[in-house]
Amino acid sequence: MLIESVVLKMTIIYKKSVVGRRGVTLPKCDVPTKSVIPEKFLRKTDTGLPELSELDVVRHFTGLSRRNYGLDTNFYPLGSCTMKYNPKVAEKIAALGGFADLHPLLPQLRNGGALTQGALAVVYELEQMLNEICGMSAFTLQPMAGAHGELTAMMMIAAYHRKKGNRKNVVLIPDEAHGTNPASAAIAGFEVRTIPTNPETGALDVEALRAHVDEHTAALMLTNPNTLGLFNADIGRVSDIVHAVDAQLYYDGANLNAVLGKFRPGDANFDAVHVNLHKTFATPHGGGGPGSGPVGVRKHLEEFLPVSRVVKRTDGTLALDYDYPESIGYIAPFYGNFGVCLKAYAYILLLGRQGLIDVSENAVLNANYVMHSLKDHFDIPYVNRPCMHECVLTAAKQTTNGVHALDVAKGLIDRGYHPPTIYFPLIVKEALMIEPTETESRETLDGFIAAMKDIADKAASDPDSLHKAPVTTPVSRLDETRAARSMDLIYKE
Amino acid sequence: MSYIANTDKQRAEMLAVCGVKNIEELFRDIPADKRPKSFDLAEGKSELEVVAQLTKMAASNYTHLVNFVGAGFYDHFIPAAVDALASRSEFYTAYTPYQPELSQGTLQSIYEFQTDMCRLTGLDVSNASVYDGGTALYEACQMAIAQTGRRRIVLDGGVNPIYRTMLKSYTKNLDIEFVEIAVSHGQSDRAALANAMNEDTAAVILQNPNFFGAIDDHTDIAEMCHAKGVLAVQSVYPLALSLIKSPGECGIDIATGEGQSLGIPLSFGGPYLGFMCARKELSRRMPGRIVGRTVDTEGREGFVLTLQAREQHIRREKAISNICSNEALCALRAHVYLSLLGKEGLKDAAELCLQKANYAKIRLEAVSGVEVMKSSPIFNEFTIRINKDAGDVVGALIEHGFAGGFPLGRYYPGMENYLLIAVTEKRSKREIDQFVAALEEVLCQ
Repeated sequence: MLIESVVLKMTIIYKKSVVGRRGVTLPKCDVPTKSVIPEKFLRKTDTGLPELSELDVVRHFTGLSRRNYGLDTNFYPLGSCTMKYNPKVAEKIAALGGFADLHPLLPQLRNGGALTQGALAVVYELEQMLNEICGMSAFTLQPMAGAHGELTAMMMIAAYHRKKGNRKNVVLIPDEAHGTNPASAAIAGFEVRTIPTNPETGALDVEALRAHVDEHTAALMLTNPNTLGLFNADIGRVSDIVHAVDAQLYYDGANLNAVLGKFRPGDANFDAVHVNLHKTFATPHGGGGPGSGPVGVRKHLEEFLPVSRVVKRTDGTLALDYDYPESIGYIAPFYGNFGVCLKAYAYILLLGRQGLIDVSENAVLNANYVMHSLKDHFDIPYVNRPCMHECVLTAAKQTTNGVHALDVAKGLIDRGYHPPTIYFPLIVKEALMIEPTETESRETLDGFIAAMKDIADKAASDPDSLHKAPVTTPVSRLDETRAARSMDLIYKE
Repeated sequence: MSYIANTDKQRAEMLAVCGVKNIEELFRDIPADKRPKSFDLAEGKSELEVVAQLTKMAASNYTHLVNFVGAGFYDHFIPAAVDALASRSEFYTAYTPYQPELSQGTLQSIYEFQTDMCRLTGLDVSNASVYDGGTALYEACQMAIAQTGRRRIVLDGGVNPIYRTMLKSYTKNLDIEFVEIAVSHGQSDRAALANAMNEDTAAVILQNPNFFGAIDDHTDIAEMCHAKGVLAVQSVYPLALSLIKSPGECGIDIATGEGQSLGIPLSFGGPYLGFMCARKELSRRMPGRIVGRTVDTEGREGFVLTLQAREQHIRREKAISNICSNEALCALRAHVYLSLLGKEGLKDAAELCLQKANYAKIRLEAVSGVEVMKSSPIFNEFTIRINKDAGDVVGALIEHGFAGGFPLGRYYPGMENYLLIAVTEKRSKREIDQFVAALEEVLCQ
């Protein structure tokens, strides 16, 4: 009870401030001091930052952490997010002083490449590994998130068409795509057109695609397997239609965890691809970031990659190279989220070729196992064919009792599980998108399945218990309308 | 090394539940002619082997150099508690807080981070962070364009050239005009800026302290901007804000910056922390996640992601930005750092930087062959002109054990003899004295 009361009684850190209290002692100034900044340049009012002891701060954040649910807490089947186990050794490696304390400008000093061979090797070798995994000819690690990778690729595709004198301004995107796809294409300066999904197959409607493709088409952005968790077997035809007008075929690698060693976008003529290192390659999500979204391309797009690039010289040493006149330029200040890339590099070294194949096989098996175990309790739009790494269920059946996907999600919280992604993809009503990942054991999956079945039963027998959920968390459902209206975005005394 | 738990026996039982004989049947939708042509990677290694390999690679990097390189990215002290608290896996293994009941820790920490950043910048609203200082500046340009309906941006030459390069990359396919105004005697050129502003100008982009290390008071420029309906945007160094005039005090509309100086390791260029703060009127133009305080069904205080109607997962191609993630873990680090240092500690850290940099500046003034640029006060970085090529000199200083500064010729043609030197609270008097002596020796050779 005592412990519960600590977790329940969190206050804003600013309320804990005591005038004159200190958390850090810095060294005494060892140089002669003098007043050097004229008054007019100085701040007039204090920052008003809190004043706390180190222990105050440690207790505050320990308390906050206990009001959080991470992958290490329990099962986290958040669809499309690939919440797999993040190996602890990767954290240890990223914290090594030789990496963590390395200034990014060192290799840009004259002959500075020699000062950072280890770090450049991480960049170079990870790019090579991603080339082999995706079947591409060159990668950049610069994009700092998946959406940033999409934007980078769209900028490169724009540069490609500009160089060829193509007057193309339209990017085609399936209606089931992640919301970042249309946003990234629009921000890169393209007009977005939506292609419907064929309800029969759950895949892109190829005839609709054919009808939309014309001389203005710059690219098609495709996620395969798509957000319904289904692999599009028509990919050969899709590629032919798109390439017939010199449009570029883009692979959103958000779902790459399904196909390692089973399918490579490059082999299917995808021209550009982004991968999410924080999904497929097990780097932690950090509560919303940092991520990393490297982009790979086929040969004809290579000249447009961002600079700098890491190249191997004839003597075997690595160096930064900026000499790519057609490059889209810098899209990050340096070489991307290096600390994240480093963890993914360690992960690929640990797993190796067979380990990566095992990842996809087990991820797909786990997803199909969950799907088949729940098919009598929930409607499943495409239950008659295998899903890939995730399955999409719907709470449509439960709505007759007034229970919606949101209520199912909140019911799971009370049963100790993080909910799946809900209400996405948009084309499935009351969607529950479950991605178990390969690192979960059958016992964990069985526990989750039992919880889902219990919720399906409660939807019939006691729907109100689900409407009230969650009741086991430090707060119950929150008033989001009030949050948007009152706009209380910072603490004020 | 494998992180898969299920045994062969379990897999066989699970396959039976799925109604298939083997795993390959689950992949039957992938056509035979689309299977990998190659998948040639090394086989896996043990944890012991991988740690040994990466420890060796880490050791080959020259982190033992005494560092005087800054250029927007600084070697600051990070208290151990920052690492300890940010390493709590309840924070770092969580996803974006879509389920607020399970994410009050992340959400409250972001709300408090937003408060920290608003207090530092003197502005009204903050987002939960973006990728880095450069993308923050680009997003600020987009906010200004959306707010004013104008498509021309005036860029002060004191803005970090890395960021200026990024802005141009991002907008190459967009109809946005950039006008660059060179600095005059190390400071923003008022007359030229006024001249460049017209009725088509969306924003003037400034930096304080600027790339050359000079501190400015941009109050007069903000006033000029407002007279012409232009937004004033300022990129700032957050650690310096405990001493120097805040964007809010200068009348700035949008402040952005790189938060790396707040407890985030240099880590060869990332992950870092882009922050953005603005006046209240601009809050609905702000990209990225924003956390708000509200109450639950029982009336208890709690936190949620809010104003989501701006974002890509709702608005798709009409969203104000494609940014989906933030740098939550880096924002957490910054918030822990600011909480540990607190109001007085942050001032102390800034004061140490200031005094040590000024000490180095005074010592270097006495060195033959060095001219210190001193038309403006500085914070922790300053520019010197030397009688040799700065790139060569820095190369020679490495032999003496120093990362001796950033040669400006790389970004400013004609400034091949200029060197930008940063001094943080981590540099001791002894290290500064040895650095001055080494530079003196290199310049005499």
